[in-house]
Amino acid sequence: MNDSLHLWLIPALPLAGFLINGIAGRRLPKWQVTSVALAGPLAAFAVVFIILLGVMNSGSATAAAFLANTPSLPFVDHFGSWLAVGPLHVDFTFVLDQLSLVMLLVVTGVGFLIHVYSAGYMADDEGYARYFSYLNLFLFFMTTLVLAGNILLMFVGWEGVGLASYLLIGFWFQKDSAANAGKKAFIVNRVGDFGFLIGIFLLLAHFGTLTFTEIASKIASSAVELPILTGGVLTTIALCLLFGATGKSAQLPLYIWLPDAMEGPTPVSALIHAATMVTAGVYMIARTHVIFDHAPFALGVVAVVGAATALFAATMGLVQNDIKRVLAYSTISQLGYMFLACGLAAYSAAIFHLVTHAFFKALLFLAAGSVIHAMGGEQDLRKMGGLRKKLPVTFWTMTAGVIAIAGFFPFAGFFSKDAILYAAYLDGTNGKIFWVVGLLTALLTSLYMFRLWYMAFLGESRSPGVHPHESPWSMLGPLVILGVLSVTGGWIGIEHFSNFLAPATGPLNLEAGSTRLEIILSVVAVLVALEGLLIADKYYRRRPERPSQVAAAVPGIYNLLLHKYYVDEFYGAVVVKPLLAFSKYVLGGFDLLLTGAAWLLAGIANFVGTIFQGWQSGNLRSYAAWLTAGAVALLLFLLLSNYGFAVDLKGMGR
Amino acid sequence: MHLILFFLFAGFCLAGAINLLLQTHPINSALSLIVVMTSLAVLYLLLGAEFLAAAQVIVYAGAIMVLFTFVVMLLNAGREERTLGSKAAARLGFPAITVLFAVLATMILHAHDLASASLNDDITSTQDLSRVLFHELLLPFEVTSVLVLIAILGAVALARAGHGDGSVDR
Amino acid sequence: MNFQQEVPLAWYLLLSAALFSLGIVGFLIKRNLITVFMSIELMLNAVNLSFVTFAHQWHAVKGQIFVFFVMMVAAAEAAVGLAIIIAVFRARATLAVDRIDLMKL
Repeated sequence: MNDSLHLWLIPALPLAGFLINGIAGRRLPKWQVTSVALAGPLAAFAVVFIILLGVMNSGSATAAAFLANTPSLPFVDHFGSWLAVGPLHVDFTFVLDQLSLVMLLVVTGVGFLIHVYSAGYMADDEGYARYFSYLNLFLFFMTTLVLAGNILLMFVGWEGVGLASYLLIGFWFQKDSAANAGKKAFIVNRVGDFGFLIGIFLLLAHFGTLTFTEIASKIASSAVELPILTGGVLTTIALCLLFGATGKSAQLPLYIWLPDAMEGPTPVSALIHAATMVTAGVYMIARTHVIFDHAPFALGVVAVVGAATALFAATMGLVQNDIKRVLAYSTISQLGYMFLACGLAAYSAAIFHLVTHAFFKALLFLAAGSVIHAMGGEQDLRKMGGLRKKLPVTFWTMTAGVIAIAGFFPFAGFFSKDAILYAAYLDGTNGKIFWVVGLLTALLTSLYMFRLWYMAFLGESRSPGVHPHESPWSMLGPLVILGVLSVTGGWIGIEHFSNFLAPATGPLNLEAGSTRLEIILSVVAVLVALEGLLIADKYYRRRPERPSQVAAAVPGIYNLLLHKYYVDEFYGAVVVKPLLAFSKYVLGGFDLLLTGAAWLLAGIANFVGTIFQGWQSGNLRSYAAWLTAGAVALLLFLLLSNYGFAVDLKGMGR
Repeated sequence: MHLILFFLFAGFCLAGAINLLLQTHPINSALSLIVVMTSLAVLYLLLGAEFLAAAQVIVYAGAIMVLFTFVVMLLNAGREERTLGSKAAARLGFPAITVLFAVLATMILHAHDLASASLNDDITSTQDLSRVLFHELLLPFEVTSVLVLIAILGAVALARAGHGDGSVDR
Repeated sequence: MNFQQEVPLAWYLLLSAALFSLGIVGFLIKRNLITVFMSIELMLNAVNLSFVTFAHQWHAVKGQIFVFFVMMVAAAEAAVGLAIIIAVFRARATLAVDRIDLMKL
């Protein structure tokens, strides 16, 4: 094996940043905090990039200096044993294969860009050091999650990113809505984690190991003999893991936390709730794809969940008036696409969309942040307008992002979305239904994204008193870089991408189709996106009074969409209220028990005290009586213990 | 002879003791106690303790009981009133006493190495007594005399007119 | 029972035990403070009797000397005790045992 790739550096550098800024950040001058905070992710990205160069065998001098020889993937780095209890053996292992390499590039690269952006966005915030320490903490956990070689270590990272998410959503904790949003995110995540844990337990029970490679080899080698494969156990495990993924990746039924998570600072929304954390679910499914491959029913469920969520979220994004909420629902919808791809066993297509989505969604969020920053904190689309002239750089970069997400050729979104739709179409009759759903969602995506674009940037300003100004270059720099990536990110093409990933995720099976079919389907997709643009153009540029007329015409549907199908209220009534009532009831019972116990103890003490109080009567004669009784008792005791009754009886004979 | 004397004076003892319990006025109880003391002196004589018999009469019956009588007359203690008694005394005390007496009696009656006494049997003369008292037990003797001195002082201090005035209820 | 001139010492001890018990009874049931004190003296005397008996049993003079000391102490105690009773009477104007309950909780 090669020398160590020093994989531990990748999580350790952000962790060091977290510790330094967390402990001493408040006392350091701002430039030091910023340097420490940015150094971690940058260094981590550098390590990953060097490893990438080494893998690509590019002959780069830097790579040659850093790595002893060309590393071969998958590369396993052992850091010692963690748990060795009975049959359970879990070690600290980091595994670098093509999948984790790609994921790490996204996480550290986009992460670093967002760190730079945050330095500008949060410059005036009081909790500057705290913010960056949390952000570095998040990177630490996310890289741990990606690099983990066994599912338990991945779960550590899983929980950790949930924690970081909670801390960052509720960053402005003085605001009630932010604190509640943080709580909601964490609790809903925990519900999903319950499923994840059950999955882990089942895996352990049936496979005796938690390491990904061992599980994969066990499934592959004894495909016929293992009865578990036929007993539905794998399906159960897969469904449990899926449930966990829906929590983290905001799919049905656990997506409700993501729109509320927009209470956090915008860079947080960009990093965690667009590019990296929410994609952890997709990553996890891709990692454990061997299990899903052998559980076709579970795969079907994954696809259905993904497609349904995609459409469902897209409908809600149509009527939202908060710029970040629109993007949140868009994220949920795009994640649905990725789940759909996983459900079609087209894992590399899902990862491809994950990468491009990271680019343009982060870009969209950061640009929205720039808009909000320029508007002095205003987030309502109805109050924006005409920002095209005032914020040129923001405008052009955001346009790139919108075109990318709508899926126009040759921007990044086109290639990845197209790959998914193509794979869906090829998947038999069910696949055609998924294709239609995906197409419909694409229409809606294009529609609401261009709606946002029109309302925010074009037309005349709807808030005359505000004078927006362009953001500083610390914020615009990452926007430009991400804009370029949104344009060029898809040019690698799905074929090369899936070939690269194949050793890790399995091959992408597209033989059923032909190039001609592929081109036809792409054209259809672009036409659909164009239709969305035209509708948006009609309703929001040429006839801006039409949307409110339509809303008035179908108030029922409009309200349903505006109130997010009342899902939150439904959950509140069905889950939260009964739980609260039950816990009040249990609490009442416990309260009674504990109060009763306390009262009992006090009562006993009181009672005994009263008895003893009666004893101290001050009455001489009763004292005398007790004295006598005590003396006699003592005498008897002495007598009986020393002599026993036998002596007395023996003397009787005389 | 010894037997008769024993029974006679033992009877006086018991009668006096029971009378002490039965009388209501303290002066009657005091006089009964004098009877007990004197009878005990005779019993000591029967057991051969001359000096002690004399001391019993002089010290106990002659000094202590006189003291008691003086105090009774000084304080003008009247007949006893019926006051709210102590239930504990009745319920706890009497069974205890009964048990005690029963146990003692049983032990005494079943001890099989007790001798018997008779008249003129081993009389301890004062000379014998003083020989031991002033040779071996001189220190306790002196200490006892100091004790008596302290007692006198204490009694005088406590019973003085100025002491204890400032009473609550007169 | 025979009319020999001997009295078993057990009977002396029995008498002593009886006197002692009677003393305790008096201590418990009498309501006048002075009478209670007198019962205590009765108890002391009972013990003296048993001392003398055993002195006779083992021909030990020390038993009788002990009685002597007991008498001395009893005298001192009687003096001081009666002085206390006088002081109590001055404070409480009553000699009833049940009324003197300042030590009540």
